[in-house]
Amino acid sequence: MRAIDRKLLRDARRLKSQLVAIALVMACGVGAFLMAVSASRSLEATQAAYYERAAFAHVFAQCKRAPLSLADRVREVPGVAAVDPRVVVSVNLDLPGMFEPAAGLIVSIPEREEPVLNRLHLRRGRLPQPGRPGEVVVSEAFAEAHGMNPGFTFGAVINGRLERLSVVGVALSPEFVYSLRPGGFVPDDRRYGVMWMRRDQLAPSFDLDGAFNNLAVAVSPGASEAAIIDAIDRLTAPYGGESAYGRSEQVSHRYVTDELSQLRNMVRVTPPVFLAVAAMLINIVISRLVRTQREQIALLRAFGYTQADVGRHFLALVAMVGALGALLGIVLGATMGSLLTGLYVRFFRFPELRYHMEVWVALLAVGVTIGAACLGAGWSVLRAMRLAPADAMRPEAPAVYRPSIVERLGLDRTLWPSAKMVLRHLQRHKVRTAVSMLGVAATVAILTLGSFVNDAIDTLIDLEFHTAQRQDVLVTFNEPRSTRALHELRAAPGVIAAEPFRVVPARLWNGPRLRREALQGVPADAELRRVVDHRFREVPIPPDGLVISAGLAELLDARAGDELFVETLEGQRPTLRVRVHRIVENYVGTGAYIDMDALNRAMGQGPTLSGAALTVDAAAAARLYNELKHTPGVATVTIKRAALESFEQTLAENLLTMRLFNLAFACVIAVGVVYNTARILYAERAHELATLRVLGFYRTEIAGIFLGELAVVTLVALPVGMAAGYALCGAATWAMQTETHRIPFVVAGRTLAFAGTVVLLVATTTAMFVRQDLDRLNLIEVLKART
Amino acid sequence: MPSGRATTRPPAGTAAFSARGVTKVYRMGEVEVRALDGVDLDLFAGEFVVLLGPSGSGKSTLLNILGGLDVPTSGTVRYRDHDLSRLDDRALTRFRREHVGFVFQFYNLVPSLTARENVALVTDISADPMPADEALSLVGLGERMDSFPAQLSGGEQQRVAIARAVAKRPDVLLCDEPTGALDVKTGKVVLRAIARANEQLGTTAVVITHNAAIAAIADRVVHLSGGRVARVETNTSRMSTDDLSW
Repeated sequence: MRAIDRKLLRDARRLKSQLVAIALVMACGVGAFLMAVSASRSLEATQAAYYERAAFAHVFAQCKRAPLSLADRVREVPGVAAVDPRVVVSVNLDLPGMFEPAAGLIVSIPEREEPVLNRLHLRRGRLPQPGRPGEVVVSEAFAEAHGMNPGFTFGAVINGRLERLSVVGVALSPEFVYSLRPGGFVPDDRRYGVMWMRRDQLAPSFDLDGAFNNLAVAVSPGASEAAIIDAIDRLTAPYGGESAYGRSEQVSHRYVTDELSQLRNMVRVTPPVFLAVAAMLINIVISRLVRTQREQIALLRAFGYTQADVGRHFLALVAMVGALGALLGIVLGATMGSLLTGLYVRFFRFPELRYHMEVWVALLAVGVTIGAACLGAGWSVLRAMRLAPADAMRPEAPAVYRPSIVERLGLDRTLWPSAKMVLRHLQRHKVRTAVSMLGVAATVAILTLGSFVNDAIDTLIDLEFHTAQRQDVLVTFNEPRSTRALHELRAAPGVIAAEPFRVVPARLWNGPRLRREALQGVPADAELRRVVDHRFREVPIPPDGLVISAGLAELLDARAGDELFVETLEGQRPTLRVRVHRIVENYVGTGAYIDMDALNRAMGQGPTLSGAALTVDAAAAARLYNELKHTPGVATVTIKRAALESFEQTLAENLLTMRLFNLAFACVIAVGVVYNTARILYAERAHELATLRVLGFYRTEIAGIFLGELAVVTLVALPVGMAAGYALCGAATWAMQTETHRIPFVVAGRTLAFAGTVVLLVATTTAMFVRQDLDRLNLIEVLKART
Repeated sequence: MPSGRATTRPPAGTAAFSARGVTKVYRMGEVEVRALDGVDLDLFAGEFVVLLGPSGSGKSTLLNILGGLDVPTSGTVRYRDHDLSRLDDRALTRFRREHVGFVFQFYNLVPSLTARENVALVTDISADPMPADEALSLVGLGERMDSFPAQLSGGEQQRVAIARAVAKRPDVLLCDEPTGALDVKTGKVVLRAIARANEQLGTTAVVITHNAAIAAIADRVVHLSGGRVARVETNTSRMSTDDLSW
């Protein structure tokens, strides 16, 4: 080994704790990057492989009742590769041990063979045998929530009759990787499950013998999905067809895709912040190193080492840190990536979700990290290279100080000399002070960003579950019903109030722009289900005209005053021209709201309802649920409290995991920044502080001066970090909004306080750790040493 | 705990410091270094003492022990009626704070503070200090009080250090090679400042040097060699600093 390399290793050993702290910050950046990239690529690969293997359909269509022969005509549409005509029905379930009603979706599979599309992946048991009544395969998530195994039986209200279903198998389907009950935000596997039955057992109960009400269609490579959708719509229109849609509107697919895009977005925010902080830390450490080694550099140059040798020497040290950071980051990224993938397994039901990290991704991370480190050190290394040997042999000119800004403003009269020392020192080392402040501020910002999601969710819950939806129970019918159904509901046990609503599936056109969207008929005096904007204000529905959500307005490129062309997809399918009266900012989903009476009139119907919102006397709830379970025509019963609980529970688990990651990351940055700042500060001031000790200052007094500087850095950085965090939350809100979901931009005071407190605690602990060295100051050395 | 302010300074001629059998052994790796080897010495209030000796003779070690920066391995050092060799860190700090003024070879000024503020740093923690301005005038720096160390020459910086040391009216002024980094002319100015503090304030002054010429301005000269007191000379008359040359 060359002598200069030995020097490198010894320098590294001497600075090891500082360099390791920087490497840890880098590791967090690399880890976050690799976690997001590897998890998203694993998920993507799993999704693609599963879709391929299970022949996941490309297009889906719903209709009332179409003869099976229509499926043959769909098959003839150019570009259609396969068609699966199915019966898909919603049913209410009566599950043992649950007094609340649960809902289910039964999907038919062909009478004898396996489905050609959306093939089932059996986890346990078998497919239902042809001709055997009541045999079902249930989705795995649902089975797990109820401990179902082959042999388990439960009740289902099939077309008004309670029938016993017997589980023969547990399976997965590409159609329900993520299964969400209609109107739900998160999976609720206890109260919602998917089942598969042989067509001959299911169809007759719904009068769909020799017919279908749902189509799954595979599209040939290269064929136009839009053209096929058009063709299907034309073919199914006479049979009560609702607009066909592609995978992009298929609930399960969309959720998986949204998750993927959020993961990809994550890569853009967190890792760069970490790498930037690490680069800045490298900058301050290397610049200090170059300063203290001026004479050594001069000596090397005098001996004949070239500028390039000197540059390489320092860059090698930097590359070592980068490589260590990248290596730790790879381990961290792989650990977190597989943890995250494990979390996905609970929500996304793939036959297997294998985590893998590609070599090129890891190599990219290594390259970027070393690059960032070298970039951070660049200026200092250049300075070292350019040192003229003769200049460098001389000690650096003494530090020139000036009165600080505070003093120049005349605010210094009350300042003690020790306070002046702190302020002037900070001001003299402007770059380092700024870097340290930025680093601490970045920590506060990252913590704020990691915690604000809670505030957003709280606001969302408050808005959706407490302000907009004030019912206890929401009942929907299979078919639109007359007001008699409302009277019956009002007479049901425990019902205090019942408010009708009307939903009509439709296609909304604004010029060439099209969106499938159900028209929500809201009664004029709605009290229980109201339209509320993002500021919690009730939005009145005009007697004529539409109120549409901002998300829908964006999709349709519509503004208030625009006239939309509405193709309804129910009954006589009248088409309407309706003016957009107002656009309402909301968070969850897209929506088009219209006066219920106006909607019924437009549909050519008298007072009709699709369901009702109920307030219920809790004491009689069990009786009501029992009655609803057995009421013919009731499609779904959603209990708000239960929905809210599952929403909160699911999110709480997810958020907690992400928050812990975030907290750990932020603490690493805080430690990295404060530790390095403190170490450098200590190195620079040890002589001065030891002098003060000799002059009679107590340890606590010099600790005050030492910690004072860190305190100023931290305290100034706190508000800066909070402001930056607030801005970052705004950016994240914007970046994370999807077509259907927006996140409220709310940063609560407690979130800022949390971020500030964590950083203060970490900074204090780290500083106190370095402060211990003050007790070991060598007072005797100081008498002999030149500053 | 030693106590007493400038007002209760030991009367001239009484022993301020009394060292008996002071030995200091350092362990440097495998080797034991006996820096002091049974030193017996009295330093009297108000006198000007020069500790003279070559490198390694133990003069700095003795100064450190007298100044409460270090404790002897064996033997006792008493400051008046207090045993410095038994004090803990906090008590030693208090001793330095209340009774000792230090002057270092390389000045050890705080670069971020002006001359006046460097002095104020010490007067702020003293019970009965003289104003910083007065201390600086005493060393002839009344005009440069608002200059930062980087704006002062070496001699000026050392005079600020002396002003800083005497401003709290210490009982003893301990100076370690105060002229070591200065040329003759500047060195004389600095020694004059120390002598003035000794004469006008009655402060006991102990100056370490290996420059034998300086011995002439002292009341007594303590020669150290190999960690022992080789001999003690008493000058019948002190030479003026102006007459010094080396």
